[in-house]
Amino acid sequence: MSLISAPHFRPEDSVRKIMLTTCAALLPGIAIYAWLIVPAILTQLLIASAAALAGEALMLKMRGKPLGLFLTDGSALLTAWLIALTFPPLSPWWLIVTGTLFAIIITKHLFGGLGQNVFNPAMMAFAVCIVAFPALMSQWPSPGLQLSFADQNRIIFGLSPLLDSIAGATPLDALKTALKREGTIGVPELLQNRQIYGALAGRGWEWVSSAYLLGGLFLLQRRIITWHAPVAFIVSLAALAGLLWWFDPSRFASPLFHLFAGGATIGAFFVITDPITGCATPRGQLIFGAIVGLLDYLIRVFGGYPDGVAFAVILMNIAAPLIDALTQPPVFGMKGKSP
Amino acid sequence: MMSKLKSDRPLYRFNGGVHPPGYKEQSTREPIAIAPLPQRLIVPLHQSIGGTPRPLVKPGDRVLKGQLIGAADGWISSTVHAPTSGIVRDIALHVQPHPSGLSALSVLIDVDGKEEWSERNPPDYASLTPDDIRRLIQQAGIVGLGGAVFPTHGKLTPSAKFPMEDLVINGGECEPYMTCDDMIMRERAEGIVRGAAIFRDLMQPKRVMIAIEDNKPEAIAAMRAAVQAVGEPFEVVPVPTLYPAGCAKQLIRVLTGKEVPVSRRSTDLGAQCFNVATAYSAWRAVCFGEPMISRVVTLTGNVGRAHNVEALFGTPIEELIALAEPKPDTDGILVGGPMMGFLAPDTAAPIVKSTNCLIAHSPDLFPPRAPEMPCIRCGECARVCPQDLQPYELYRFARARNFGKAQEYHLFDCIECGSCAYVCSSHIPLVHYFLFAKSEIWAREREKKAADQARDRFQAKQKREEREKAEKAEKLAKAAAAQAAKKAAEAANLGALDPEAAKKAAIAAAQERAQAQRAAAQPKNTEALTAGQQQEIAEIDARRAQAGVDHPESSS
Repeated sequence: MSLISAPHFRPEDSVRKIMLTTCAALLPGIAIYAWLIVPAILTQLLIASAAALAGEALMLKMRGKPLGLFLTDGSALLTAWLIALTFPPLSPWWLIVTGTLFAIIITKHLFGGLGQNVFNPAMMAFAVCIVAFPALMSQWPSPGLQLSFADQNRIIFGLSPLLDSIAGATPLDALKTALKREGTIGVPELLQNRQIYGALAGRGWEWVSSAYLLGGLFLLQRRIITWHAPVAFIVSLAALAGLLWWFDPSRFASPLFHLFAGGATIGAFFVITDPITGCATPRGQLIFGAIVGLLDYLIRVFGGYPDGVAFAVILMNIAAPLIDALTQPPVFGMKGKSP
Repeated sequence: MMSKLKSDRPLYRFNGGVHPPGYKEQSTREPIAIAPLPQRLIVPLHQSIGGTPRPLVKPGDRVLKGQLIGAADGWISSTVHAPTSGIVRDIALHVQPHPSGLSALSVLIDVDGKEEWSERNPPDYASLTPDDIRRLIQQAGIVGLGGAVFPTHGKLTPSAKFPMEDLVINGGECEPYMTCDDMIMRERAEGIVRGAAIFRDLMQPKRVMIAIEDNKPEAIAAMRAAVQAVGEPFEVVPVPTLYPAGCAKQLIRVLTGKEVPVSRRSTDLGAQCFNVATAYSAWRAVCFGEPMISRVVTLTGNVGRAHNVEALFGTPIEELIALAEPKPDTDGILVGGPMMGFLAPDTAAPIVKSTNCLIAHSPDLFPPRAPEMPCIRCGECARVCPQDLQPYELYRFARARNFGKAQEYHLFDCIECGSCAYVCSSHIPLVHYFLFAKSEIWAREREKKAADQARDRFQAKQKREEREKAEKAEKLAKAAAAQAAKKAAEAANLGALDPEAAKKAAIAAAQERAQAQRAAAQPKNTEALTAGQQQEIAEIDARRAQAGVDHPESSS
């Protein structure tokens, strides 16, 4: 009874519950990833988690914060998992560690720790690493890779080299490069190559994306996130993709391809829904999600990077406070009047 | 007896709201009991919004039950009556049932146990004018018993500009644990209906609605039966149970779709709202001449015998809660409900008109709040806010002491219902921050007002002093000039006649100059004089100077 303040009772909700539920919602995606792409993703998740918790503990200690309370809040773990899931799964261990420590130490704690960071830590890790180590960040496992779990781990820990034969681009990047190189061959012909592109948007990857979508619906059902940002993101990405596809289907992939390729679904449900760095008002979330969707498409199709979610999110993180300030809903009794 | 729990009329909804567990069943098993007379009553004079009533008794006076002991101080002020007969022991500061634990002027009465009533004159209702009734209600000390304790007579005048449409009798009672309104509706339904009829007569609304949350089926049935028995065309409307549907503004919204902004009166939108217990008390006052001296209080929480009692105002909290047999691990008493109430800083404080519920507090029933985490802007607080505010933004501004921005984000629209803090996943006591910001803003406004007044005073003083200085200098200059001219003329006259006289005149002139210099150098205590006084002094000085010339012998 140290603080005498109403209300005097409350339900058992907590930051930890929000963070850990979000982690749990990633599990289907992780399972499909490990099954269809590479099981080594589990190693990367472990490395990232360990690095994140170590970085978090170090910073909490330096900042004089209670270790027990904040280390177990689940926020560092969620950041770590998002980093592991967005980095190439066979990248060397130190790349994941560098990205994770950058996210935790610089993006999160130097900005004031939990709740105070301006940028999404996981997206900052991705952006920093793709700028600093562009080659490493573009080496994805070739489709249908035949490599034992032990061998995959040997690559991660630098015990055997990552050969060109087992590394390649993401389906999204592969499509872009192919269109540039071939010039004459259109998208429909390229997508015939089921070996790379699978049935929809990348062999195996389309199922990982679907599993993220499933996890996102779970978060919606649990009221951890609201529909606004994800729906706005999906609609704007699909609309822009659809427009260009309708305009020239030989040069532009279908909206469905774009929704299931790259980081679209994990971005829609797990990144742009980050309450700390995103918008908080419903209208703000719609605007935030819609612009991230447009930017993502522009960067992934016309830009130099294989995917655009990270840069689009970081750009919009800067704009989020302004969007929030401009989209304040009218208060009780003031509807229909200027707030 | 099953009663229909769905409203016949279309209802509206307000945004947000929360569903805390009710815990109401435990205190509705027994009928309302009458609390035994305490030995001593502590009756605070200030028990309502508005001016503090003036004490009408002095130590040693014998008072009768229902006797006026505090007179209203203005129109928005209420009256206070002796809850029972006894001797006034003292009129002194006594600790109040307020989170601050501050003391206020109270009439301390030694109860004589005779329960001797003062004269009650039930008036002839039919002969009363609306103004008579409003005065009667004020004289009976009727204030809103829902918790806001606004003087009821002040709410009984319809707006001159807007037609009165909806009169709402509020039996919502959305706070968990609290059942005093529920029990009053079950047991005294007819009185409530008759009280509502008095309000109806004064307000002339198009319709009267008695709104009750649908978790009180017994109360709904009782009120429906009473409406039928009395034969009034009132509607008993079950409303969905959703905290804080019992707040006047939210209830008006649910029933009528009208949203009353904080800055406006609900009568401006043709609606008005009264608590059921207020209606009952108004009926007792107008038709029986009984002033408000007691109320029904819920005693519940960590107790062996949760129930409702009719308690006299002034009964100490500790004596009253004892009736419910608190369990040994009780570590405090909550005054009000768990959503908006506060822990009594001192249980010697009395029951007052706003005290609707006492809850024995224990660590098991009310576990200590988990440690506060940083806000992650999850937005749940905004989704449950019934006033459509953004509590996470208000919290950010309050914490940063950015009070201007907090006001811009409508801090003063907050009704302190506690829904935001209830759902906060970071366990932030949000309402606490808002109360802090509000009190800081009020304190600053008071300071600013005081500073403005001081500055105005200082500037006025400076202006006056400058003006006086200028006036004085002008006078002196004029007088000196007049003197000089006179002397010059005299000297000319005298010099022509007699060189001795001329010499005398020269000496006198020198003396005069010296005097003038002295006067200029030492203004004595003449700084704060009015212009009239200045003029007088100047004239006297001038006369003196003149006298010196006319009678040089006398001065030497």
